[in-house]
Amino acid sequence: MSSIRLEGVRKAFGSTTVIHDVDLDIEDGTFVVFVGPSGCGKSTLLRLIAGLEDVSGGRIIIDGRDVAKLPAAKRGLSMVFQSYALYPHMTVRSNIGFGLKMAGRPRDEVKRKVDAVSTVLNLATYLDRKPGELSGGQRQRVAIGRAIVREPKAFLFDEPLSNLDAALRVQMRLEISRLQKSLDATTVYVTHDQVEAMTLADKIVVLNAGRVEQVGAPLELYTSPANLFVAGFIGSPRMNFVSGDLAAQLGAPTIGIRPEHIVVSREGDGWHGTVAAAEHLGSDTFLYIDVPQTSGITARAVGELGLKPGDHVRLAPDPGRTHRFDAQGRALRR
Amino acid sequence: MARRVSVARTVAITVVAWIAGFIIFFPILWMVLTSFKTELEAFSMPPKFLLFKWTLENYAIVQERSDYIAHVWNSVAIAFGSVLVSMLIAIPAAWAMAFAPTERTRGTLLWMLSTKMMPSVGVLVPIYLIYRDFGLLDTRLGLIALLCLADLPIVIWMLYTYFKEIPIGILEASRMDGIGPLREVIFVLAPIALPGIASTILLNVILAWNEAFWTLNLTTSKAAPLTAFIASYSSPEGLFWAKLSAASTLAIAPILVLGWLSQRQLVRGLTFGAVK
Repeated sequence: MSSIRLEGVRKAFGSTTVIHDVDLDIEDGTFVVFVGPSGCGKSTLLRLIAGLEDVSGGRIIIDGRDVAKLPAAKRGLSMVFQSYALYPHMTVRSNIGFGLKMAGRPRDEVKRKVDAVSTVLNLATYLDRKPGELSGGQRQRVAIGRAIVREPKAFLFDEPLSNLDAALRVQMRLEISRLQKSLDATTVYVTHDQVEAMTLADKIVVLNAGRVEQVGAPLELYTSPANLFVAGFIGSPRMNFVSGDLAAQLGAPTIGIRPEHIVVSREGDGWHGTVAAAEHLGSDTFLYIDVPQTSGITARAVGELGLKPGDHVRLAPDPGRTHRFDAQGRALRR
Repeated sequence: MARRVSVARTVAITVVAWIAGFIIFFPILWMVLTSFKTELEAFSMPPKFLLFKWTLENYAIVQERSDYIAHVWNSVAIAFGSVLVSMLIAIPAAWAMAFAPTERTRGTLLWMLSTKMMPSVGVLVPIYLIYRDFGLLDTRLGLIALLCLADLPIVIWMLYTYFKEIPIGILEASRMDGIGPLREVIFVLAPIALPGIASTILLNVILAWNEAFWTLNLTTSKAAPLTAFIASYSSPEGLFWAKLSAASTLAIAPILVLGWLSQRQLVRGLTFGAVK
């Protein structure tokens, strides 16, 4: 496997710049996830690494060699597409073995490798079927098989699970994670789903409007977001932001508190509020609370809580876990 | 079916369709019938539909007077040759236009199509002179080159339309599989687009087979295809309807059989993209 390094990578379509001078180090064997809202440029950045789009500037260095001018076919990477993009006219066996066959590898070697990969991915019984005869999950597995059989320098995943239903998504997520660990494969994975990002990644790259907002381990982004964007994007339900007098009391233009770091009680200390809505999920209760001088606060309470809309409550933010941001939205370190 | 269609309506539509089909088919039927008549009966008034003396003498005379097989071979060579050469140019061209368009692609496509709107006769003299100077008059090569160029806009347009229907992700997947452009076209694009490629070949073979303007004007004998073979019966000694019909029947027979065998493919090809 290999390391990938981006230096000042830029992409413009006409006069619109969609990727602004991105620098990034992807170490050998790490699982890096690009996450961000739709249109943030995460897929474009992945396609630039893949070679499916040409860079407008900057260098893409794989194993010490600048590949920015090489076509996709010569970069030695493999990719799993959101749409699976299987060859519809070939059987599963041919789909997986196509790259090896085209590379002129001996027939018995191709067969051996395809068999090995299909066993790992539970595809052995489907080898003679065409993609049209497979379910979504099976197609995704074939796409993954096609990617790993070539023993590439790195794997690129472009929202691979977004076409699957929720249960299958969780299962495939675990499989991808296990596979990546067992192959010790350098992986770049694009998703808009922060749960996927948090569970899969060694390192998360949060992108917004073509710029890297923060790079870090999942819990690092959760505990110390670098700015308002990352703070609001990572975590679900999203972080509450409060400005004005309530924030000024804590010495910052804006403060942020995660819903799980607010203690809600009927009496006691803290801000006054009125429950606007309560969502009882069994293990958790999400409370949407109207608090004067704020745009509303979301709080997460563990277990079942006997609160209903209209009830008066007190909210006590955990002072040790309150995030403070300056006027430009940058985090103020304690 | 969301709408209920009454039996009467179905019958009416069927009858109208059969009548329309018969009217369209009638000239061909009449030609075939005439080819089995004697010259006298061929233009007898009132015309005889089926009750005439059936004869094969016209076919015998036609075969005796001109070498049918040589003309067929010329037609086959010119029609298939020109289409195959144009496919070799058009597949990469359509591939590039469909999957890597630039801002000029649209304009190029429209410009190509516009060349088909110019009447051929407008360039007859220059082409004739060029062909004369290059020794291409009355050669199969000359006609293949000309029909190939004349076909290209249609062929590229048809292939472009088919290729546009193929998700680019599949081609990108092959690039990620380490496959270069040539093999991407041969092993990935072509097999997926095979129905479209087949109907493009078929339609253009038929067009080239029936092409009469250039084949009549640029050939005399050596490279003369079936169109010239038919034409030769309309001039020399006045009109011989029965022999002309026999020659025409012989000329259209091969392409008619080809068209019949590939009907399904052809209809699918012609309506491709119109109905999803």
